[in-house]
Amino acid sequence: MNAFAALMLAVLAQHAAAHGVTLLLRADDAQLERSRIERAYFGHPAGPASDGLALTLADGRIELEAAGAKLELEVVNVASAAAARDAAIKAERSGRAALVADLPGDWTLAAADASKLPLLNVGDAADRLREQDCRPNLVHLLPSERMRADALAQMLAAQRWSQVLLLAGPSADDALRAAAARKAITRYGLKLAAERAFKLSADPRERDKANLRLLTGGASYDAIWVVDSDGEFARTLPYRSVLPRPVVGDAGLAALAWANSFERFGAPQLARRFARSAGRAMTAHDWASWMAGRVLVVAAIAAPKGRPGAFAKALADAELDGGKGVPVSFRAWDGQLRQPLLLTDGQGVVATAPAEGVLHAKNTLDTLGADAPERLCKARAQ
Amino acid sequence: MRICLAALLMSASLAHAQGIAFVSSEKDHALAVLDLATLTVTGTVPTCKRPRHLQLMPDRKQLMVACGDGNAADLIDIATRKSVRRLNLGDDPEAFDLSPDGKTLYVSNEDEGALSVIDIASGKLTASVPVGKEPEGVKVSPDGKTVWVTSEVANLVHVIDTASAKVVRHVKVGARPRRFALTPDGSQLWVSNEMSASVSVLSTRDYSLIDTIEFKVPGARSTDITPVGLAMTHDGKRAFVALGRANHVAFVDVATRKVSDLVLVGKRAWNVALDKAEARLLVCNGLSDDLTVIDVAAARPIKTVAVGRVPYAAVVVE
Repeated sequence: MNAFAALMLAVLAQHAAAHGVTLLLRADDAQLERSRIERAYFGHPAGPASDGLALTLADGRIELEAAGAKLELEVVNVASAAAARDAAIKAERSGRAALVADLPGDWTLAAADASKLPLLNVGDAADRLREQDCRPNLVHLLPSERMRADALAQMLAAQRWSQVLLLAGPSADDALRAAAARKAITRYGLKLAAERAFKLSADPRERDKANLRLLTGGASYDAIWVVDSDGEFARTLPYRSVLPRPVVGDAGLAALAWANSFERFGAPQLARRFARSAGRAMTAHDWASWMAGRVLVVAAIAAPKGRPGAFAKALADAELDGGKGVPVSFRAWDGQLRQPLLLTDGQGVVATAPAEGVLHAKNTLDTLGADAPERLCKARAQ
Repeated sequence: MRICLAALLMSASLAHAQGIAFVSSEKDHALAVLDLATLTVTGTVPTCKRPRHLQLMPDRKQLMVACGDGNAADLIDIATRKSVRRLNLGDDPEAFDLSPDGKTLYVSNEDEGALSVIDIASGKLTASVPVGKEPEGVKVSPDGKTVWVTSEVANLVHVIDTASAKVVRHVKVGARPRRFALTPDGSQLWVSNEMSASVSVLSTRDYSLIDTIEFKVPGARSTDITPVGLAMTHDGKRAFVALGRANHVAFVDVATRKVSDLVLVGKRAWNVALDKAEARLLVCNGLSDDLTVIDVAAARPIKTVAVGRVPYAAVVVE
């Protein structure tokens, strides 16, 4: 750190009780184009991460005041990994206490590596950020792909729908998420009845990949698990399979961090507050950014004096209410927020995960996603 | 309070209290009427939408029930078992309490994050006090000068001065604080912490934390122990804490703050109510749609009765 930066920090420290937080958003986020939002595919965002954060900071006002703490949010739009890195460096130099990122994985990593500040990932569910590419200062509010896959597998196992037809799309994300699905199928004792690759196409030469009757025929199965990160294909699948079987995954029944229709544990109050402040229904991504705000509020209250080390520690140790009935907290081994997931058909919440009867030696929530003994995150080795 | 105590002394020798209990069920829009002699449901009373918290009015002839979806309270005449008046309570009212003279109603509005002060005679809102989000438990001090409100999100107890209708103090307690009980001498305020598996015992003199009672249930993890409902005997010797998803009620010795008994009840034990003789404790089980009647002396369940969908609270009328 150069002398100037040290001086800046000293000046800011005198300003005292306020903790600054920088939210990094992707400039011109293609996921937030109107036509995409209108389709409302499961698990896709419906608005900027600033909506959820703004709500928690407003909700936490009285609590922060009572503790003599303050949080200030700054939003920075970045258009590349390099810009994310620069923004993180700038945030650290100007004495900010934490970063929140709704960015593609590589940009998130660039920001995490550029500073020592805690970085709260609210946008990328990729397992690699929790496994081989994990970072000591990187925590994740959105459930990982493996957590979502495990939640679905638990549901199928609880229903005794053990024979699974897996349909996977052509993108690189689809390949990774299909691998997570296979892992979950094995973990919860299901059987892969068949696996097929699909493709959106009207070309008769590719009909074995595009025709729903060909894709779902010639096999015996209890459920169809569709992996479609894009969402367009999956939406066409329910009610159109050869066998009358439920669809799960990216259509039919999905495992998500949040569903607007959840009616227990204070969830309706939260959903209504969000709808009032953001003018739209709350999605899983919004829950993640709302939760990031809660973590920051709790950390600011635990360490109101503005010492960055104490703030970061309070953040990592936070145990809090997420409106889902049980306390949620970060897993020390990969920085992932352990949390219940909601299984929704888009109309209501059909079930929650962990499913009843699933057991774990320490915390049942750790039956979802990478567990400690797997030791997949070397950067956080215990 | 004095009337109750007198009645208690007179009836203390009776083994079985007579009378009825009214039980609110969130999804039935009605109260179930439970006959305490036979322990059977003998009727229902229709109410506003999603009835939750209920209390007897000071004259003990009427019952007030607050409705979360109806944004109102019904005043139920106990003799005729009919709603005689509907009072507007604002958005999503949850719990309430009455001033000692029975003229003023204090109600938490979960959505707005406010405590509403309502003049019962005119039905008018006289003040709205902003508090932390998802306010829940409400309790008025015996002298009527103070109202305590919990905020589930902010993990605070707000101390509100009724004269100025202002928050004068925020007191940090455990996670997701829910309900109150006050010792008969008014010196200790007990607060159930749903997500900390505990009860915080506060001094009402200076709001210092006297003690934290942590609950343990064999075979249950602390995350499954979610205390909500609280009740205390009139002599202030014993408290009852419903442990939510741990499906038990804890009997707590108030002086030593130790758990003396754990009684198995239905699923998600929610609010609790004592009969006048304090011989029986009624426990609403929110996830098994029933109510467990406990023999207090023996610390054992007598019977569990199906009462309606998502039972929330009960009051005993004798």
